[in-house]
Parts: sequence; structure tokens; C-alpha cells
Amino acid sequence: MKRRFSIDRFLIQRLGVSLITLVAVLTVVPILGVFGYIIAKGAPSISWEFLTAMPRDGMRAGGILPAIVGTFYLTLGTAIFSVPLGIAAAIYLAEYAQENWLTRLIRIAIINLAGIPSVVYGLFGLGLFVLFLKFGTSLLSASLTLAIMTLPVLISAAEEALRAVPQSFRTVSISLGGTRWQTIRKIVLPQALPGIITGVILGLERAAGETAPILFTGAAFFLPRLPTSPFDATMALPYHLFVISTQIPEMPIQIQYGTALVLIIFVLGMNLIATIIRSRARAKRQW
Amino acid sequence: MVDKIVIQNLSLQYTDGTESLRDISLSIPANSITVLFGPAGGGKSSLLRCLNRLNDLTEVKVVSGKILLDGENILDPKTDVIALRRKVGMVFARPVVLPMSIRQNLTYGLELANEKRRFKLDEAVERGLKLAALWDEVKDRLDDPAIALSGGQQQRLCLARVLANQPEVILLDEPTSGLDPISTGKVETALQELKKEYTIILVPHSVQQAARTADFAAFFLQGELVEAAEGKELFIHPQNKRTEDYVEGRFG
Repeated sequence: MKRRFSIDRFLIQRLGVSLITLVAVLTVVPILGVFGYIIAKGAPSISWEFLTAMPRDGMRAGGILPAIVGTFYLTLGTAIFSVPLGIAAAIYLAEYAQENWLTRLIRIAIINLAGIPSVVYGLFGLGLFVLFLKFGTSLLSASLTLAIMTLPVLISAAEEALRAVPQSFRTVSISLGGTRWQTIRKIVLPQALPGIITGVILGLERAAGETAPILFTGAAFFLPRLPTSPFDATMALPYHLFVISTQIPEMPIQIQYGTALVLIIFVLGMNLIATIIRSRARAKRQW
Repeated sequence: MVDKIVIQNLSLQYTDGTESLRDISLSIPANSITVLFGPAGGGKSSLLRCLNRLNDLTEVKVVSGKILLDGENILDPKTDVIALRRKVGMVFARPVVLPMSIRQNLTYGLELANEKRRFKLDEAVERGLKLAALWDEVKDRLDDPAIALSGGQQQRLCLARVLANQPEVILLDEPTSGLDPISTGKVETALQELKKEYTIILVPHSVQQAARTADFAAFFLQGELVEAAEGKELFIHPQNKRTEDYVEGRFG
């Protein structure tokens, strides 16, 4: 009796582990599927013209240059607003803040900010930047909206990178006559920088792929020219993909997949850069 | 002999309620090695961290009493702590080399004080390393990462880094606790040389080291100063029974 019981447990153990392994392997399938499908369908339409020409024939032919340039500008604009603010907030939280109600409030705000659906950010951006501040439907409004959405990711990543720097470095620096700020500037920030950059890129990558926040704030259905000022509206890859997939009759399918492929390469390219920075920094790190 | 530091009725309590020092009064003579020893938790490190106000970084609830450095009370809120920490350098139990080259570790303190002149920095590097008896071992590889040094070399680098700042007082908190006997010997020899110019306060990692190095010694037990005297006196003829028991190894 006793023996059979132990065999059962052994079997259940084996079965459980096999099941978990199977599920883990299965998660790879959709990712590979998505990539494979998009590459197979989209690669043929990628050409020099596709990447560098304006759309023609009601976007049914020609290139997607304005969408590529627009997404690049949006990402840059998002970075300009979110990076300084995010790093400053992270420095405050990791290096200066005491544990009190204010700090707790800030942390709760950051966590909740990360949980807000992106379309709500879009609506908020419409209300604040487009209408109230009268920036109009523009690169500026869209960048600001994306920046707010990116902040929580960026702050959390940067704070974590700062906290990972050993406390003993700070103690030593202060014992040698350093101020808190000198210690941050000369020791903590340089050591945390690779981690911060990784966090920045991951945050921006999310911004680059979003549609909803720019929908009401800066994205244009079609523009015959590239944006020339922050107050111009802009085309962008994710929104363009939405438009050509749902709004235009008789749209050639390979242009849709070509656009999806360019967007994925843009985002994965950023991811790759982040990974390279991280692994290089890890190899060089002296602690 | 001149007293460099005079501690008067110093008490210290941490925010979590633990009392660390109770009514300590102690004079520390210049140009000698004063050893603060006793079992763990006696308040020795807390006292060291009062002397350069490093306790400011910790959650300290109450500090009362005075610490006079050259006659000035350094516990006064108006004290310039940056200047104080340059004057009172500290070496920690575990060697912490900053993630930079050997040379940069040495010049770090001076650069904090905005010293940019190359010859001043070079001079400080050489002087610090020579005083810490490390110069001959590293003079040909000053631009190598400091982390590449051995544990014993790293600790002497930490001492050299403090010396490069040209302090007047050097605090050492169990500086040899992680080192082998040979490295320990090098550090102790360096200290004997250094006391001619500096006031040294050492928390040793053993009673034997206390007895070897002390010009003056103070025995701490659970936040109280039990007994303080000249080194030889205290170890050979302790006046207090508890000191005697500890020195002779009956507890601790």
C-alpha cells in the first residue's frame, strides 16, 4: 500500500514537470509564428523605394517614408521629454527620498500610471495638450502624451539600476569628503548608466509601437509631405498600419505586411541595442 | 602629550531604539595609536562613525555630549561636515575600491575638493601609496583597474586613498579583519610609521592586535567605556575585573 502511494507521487511529479516544460516550449511558438509569418509575407515588398518614397495611389503603392520618419520623430520627441524627467525622478527616489507618505504616494502613482490603458493616455493628451494647451494635433502633443506613458517604465528601470550600485561606494565617497550630489554624479550615475539606458530604450520601444496615445493627439491619416515643425501632425508606422489594414479598400496585402515588418524591425532593433549595451556593461563591470 | 580629540559625555541612540553609546568620556592623544576594543556590539564602530559624522547617513535618534576636535565641537549642527571628513579619514573593514583605476582611486578625494592641477594629483598619488607601503608594488601599473589588486593590496589602497586627502586623524574599523597575517603585518607596520604624523584610532579585529598596536587603549562593553589607559598598563594591569576577564580570554 505504502509503496504504491510513493510510485503515484513519483508519476505525478514526472507528469507535472513534463506539462510545465511543454507549456514553456509552447510560448515560443506564437512568437516564432508571428515573426515567420510577417517576414514571409512582408519581405518581398521591402525595397529601397518602399523605405524612401512617399505613398502613391491613395497609399496603395509607393513607399512609407512619412510613417517611418514620423515614428522616428515621435520616438525622439518622447525621449526628449521623458528621459530627463524620468532620470531625475529615479535619482530622487533612489538617492534622496526618505521612506514617508510622500514617497509612498509617488510610488503608488507610478505603479498606477503603468496600469492605465494606452487609449486613456490618448484621451488625456487630447484634453490637455491638444485642446487646453492648444498645441493642436501635432508631433508635440503626441510626444508629450507618449512621454507620460513611458515615464513609469523609465523611472522604475532607472531606480532599479541606481539601487543596484553597491551602498559601500556611496559610503566611501562621502567619507572622503564628497557631497551627496558629487557621489551621485561621479560614482552612482556612471555605474548605473548602462542599466538606465537599457530602461530608456525599452520604454521608448513601447512608445514607438503604440497607436492609441497618438490617435487623437498627433497622428495623421495621410500627409503629402514630411512634418517640418513640432506643431505639424505626422504619420506614424503603427497608425499607418491600422489605416491601411482597415480603412482603405483594395489595399495590396504585401504593403500591410511590409509596413508591419518595418515596424517590428524598428522596435526589435532598439531591443537589440539595449541587449548589447547591457551585456557589454556586464562584462566590464567591476563589482 | 596633546589631546587631539576630547569626547565628553557622548551618548548615542539609534532610531530603532537600540542604545549604542552611553555617557562616553575619552581623550585621544595626538600622534599615537589609540585602540578601541571589546566584543562585538560594544559601540566601537558607532563611536568611530561619530568622529567623522558618518552617522549622519544612518538613522540616529539621539546624540548628546560633545566631541572636541582641536577644541571645536564637531557635533555642532553648524560644523562643515565635508571639511571634517577631509580632516578625519576612514578605512573600513572590507576594502572598498572604487570602480576605477588605482590612480583615480587615489585622486578621487582631491578631485571632490576641485583639485585639478596635475602635479598636485601626481604628488598625492605617490605620497599616499608610499605611506601605505604600496608604491613599490603598483608604481608601474597605476592606470590598471584597482579591483585587480589582491585583498591586502586593496586595503592598503584604501589607506593610501585616505592619506592622499592629507587628513589629520585616521579612523580604522577592523581594517585587517579580512586579511592574511602577512598583509596584516604590512598594515600594522605602516600604522606605526604613520603615527608620527597622524592621530590614529584603530578598532582592532582581535585582542592580540589591540595589545600589539596600542599606545593607548579603551575597552568598550555594551555601549559603555569600561576602562581606558596607556596600552601596556591596560593589557598587563587591567584595573577593572571585566577588562581583565576579556583581555585574558575568559569571555568574548
